[in-house]
Amino acid sequence: MAVNTVFCKPEAMTDAHTHYCPGCTHGVTHRLVAETLDELGIRERAVGVAPVGCSVLAYNYFNCDFLEAAHGRAPAFATGLKRSSPELTVFTYQGDGDLASIGTNEILHAANRGEKFTVIFINNAIYGMTGGQMAPTTLAGQVTTTSPSGRDVESAGWPIRIRELLATLRTPAYIARGSAHSPQWTIRTKQFVRKAFQYQESGTCFSLVEVLSTCPTNWGMSPTESMRWVEENMIPYYPLGELKTPDEEDASFARLTGGLEATPNGYAEKTRW
Amino acid sequence: MAKQLMKGNEAIGEAAIRAGATRYFAYPITPQTEVAEYLARRLPEVGGVFVQAESELGASNMIFGAASSGKRVFTSSSSPGISLMSEALSYITCAELPCVFINVCRAGPGLGGILPSQGDYFQATHASGHGDFHLIVLAPSTVQEAVEHMMTAFDLADRYRNPVMIFADGLIGQMMEPVDFEAVKSGEAVDHSSWATTGAKGRKPHIIKTLYLNPNDNEAHNVHLAEKYAGIRANEQRSELYGGLGSPELILTAFGTAARVCKTAIDVLNEQGVDIALFRPITIYPFPADALDKLSRKQHVKRLLSVEMNNGQMVEDVKLFTGNRKPIDFFGRQGGIVPSPEEVIERVRALLDGKKKPAKERPAEAK
Ligand SMILES: Cc1ncc(C[n+]2csc(CCOP(=O)(O)OP(=O)(O)O)c2C)c(N)n1
Ligand SMILES: [Mg+2]
Repeated sequence: MAVNTVFCKPEAMTDAHTHYCPGCTHGVTHRLVAETLDELGIRERAVGVAPVGCSVLAYNYFNCDFLEAAHGRAPAFATGLKRSSPELTVFTYQGDGDLASIGTNEILHAANRGEKFTVIFINNAIYGMTGGQMAPTTLAGQVTTTSPSGRDVESAGWPIRIRELLATLRTPAYIARGSAHSPQWTIRTKQFVRKAFQYQESGTCFSLVEVLSTCPTNWGMSPTESMRWVEENMIPYYPLGELKTPDEEDASFARLTGGLEATPNGYAEKTRW
Repeated sequence: MAKQLMKGNEAIGEAAIRAGATRYFAYPITPQTEVAEYLARRLPEVGGVFVQAESELGASNMIFGAASSGKRVFTSSSSPGISLMSEALSYITCAELPCVFINVCRAGPGLGGILPSQGDYFQATHASGHGDFHLIVLAPSTVQEAVEHMMTAFDLADRYRNPVMIFADGLIGQMMEPVDFEAVKSGEAVDHSSWATTGAKGRKPHIIKTLYLNPNDNEAHNVHLAEKYAGIRANEQRSELYGGLGSPELILTAFGTAARVCKTAIDVLNEQGVDIALFRPITIYPFPADALDKLSRKQHVKRLLSVEMNNGQMVEDVKLFTGNRKPIDFFGRQGGIVPSPEEVIERVRALLDGKKKPAKERPAEAK
């Protein structure tokens, strides 16, 4: 009887067991990227840039060339490499402390120059690696080790929406936000990731996919509770979907004022920002 | 080839291209901005890449990424910008990536001034960033030498897989001098395919990283780096001995622009029959310790005077590497002021006449 393989490990992943905590979605997102590298046949000319954060060891799990950046500087590393060797497919994989705090200058200007690489941005609303401190993306009222009474927006400000912030720039081509908390959204996010890499392949320009992620350990929740927490608390503040695509040119500005977005799970974007 | 009259900063940019380095990332800062302006114009002509970075933090971290391609890459800045680059210098040196950094040094600390200085000697030679590492640092004293150093710098960077710094100053960067680009040629770029991130086609992935969580691995990497620096110290010390009438009694030690001034002073004094000479470090890391040690042991050498455009930095190395066996004085100007030959002559005469005691025994003089 013929046996059909219906599921296997992507070639772009190694056999190593990840060090991620149970219920953390870094691993899921790694897989989405690895599948994309396989499907587009670009593994052999792909170079990833790992951040400083829980995914600093991403190169142990990806079966492609990798650089390990200084904290927040992955977009600068990627700029230098891609500009020097434009034939490569370059991507950064960064956390929210890395990209939205210490590395805001690097990401903003890489996006604005339209650097032709892809950014996978993991928003777990916390500094995972250093043990659960407040991130720029930590929700209002969210308890962390450095906001023990909950994030006080009076002193810490409101959480930064990176997707929306970068979408105000005219240059970048593709900016979307997905989530790895549910099977539906994981599949949808895979489409975003794939598109982002395709835009890089066609030389279109900078692409970024933000992925809402869990951190059960530092949120102090079970994996299941974490998934629910993403859905109930993060998504209302961080609406999902594509915000900027190259086909729409300046439509992002209309979005910024209209602020409506259709989503597979019916998460209408009600917040006005 | 005929010599051409060129501004130091532009000559440095052109020299890089002649050395085969066509990837350049930088941020404007006086007094080195002409490097970027020149290259913004020139690099497109040779199919090169110039990115004006968002900051020196950005530029220097772009260098990490660019150097990972195995191609010849470089950046330039001046003191406050070099401070921002210290993060990348530490990571790049740890990852053993070949590249060239140029510091057209200006007066500090803080925003300081835009005039020439050698105030970053400690930073360049001892404390370029966190952790245990060294740059190879070349200190030109003419525009021609800056061009030659650029050629050498890329070869050294390739050979040792280590960043090389050109320590110029605002004077070298800004002045115009005749240069001959054919005098020294850079060697062929080295094959870096065994480690560069060029895509894992038909081979295992190449990972360029600086994290060593296991202390044994980290120590082993540090030991490996230390052995490399020992090799650099053994093989790359460069210096020049200038002037003297056969058995100089006083040795001036100075590098870069300060050494030019000393040469003029020495020409005048030698002409008048005063037997003094200049010891000029060409590499300030590695410090040319062996040659200076040998020189300082000579019977006829009675004392040394370090002339610098700072508050007394290289003089510490002069003391260290001569074992303090002869009295060592210091004369320096700060704040962007270049000492004049007359001032140096005056100091030399005072020391030789024995009118003045060594600097360390008297309070610092303000001038
Ligand atoms: C210059 C510098 N500052 C601080 C740190 C410490 N540090 C390591 S990871 C990290 C935060 C990472 O959080 P995030 O980017 O959100 O990634 P996560 O671990 O949540 O995936 C910090 C502050 C560092 N390594 N380097
Ligand atoms: Mg995080």
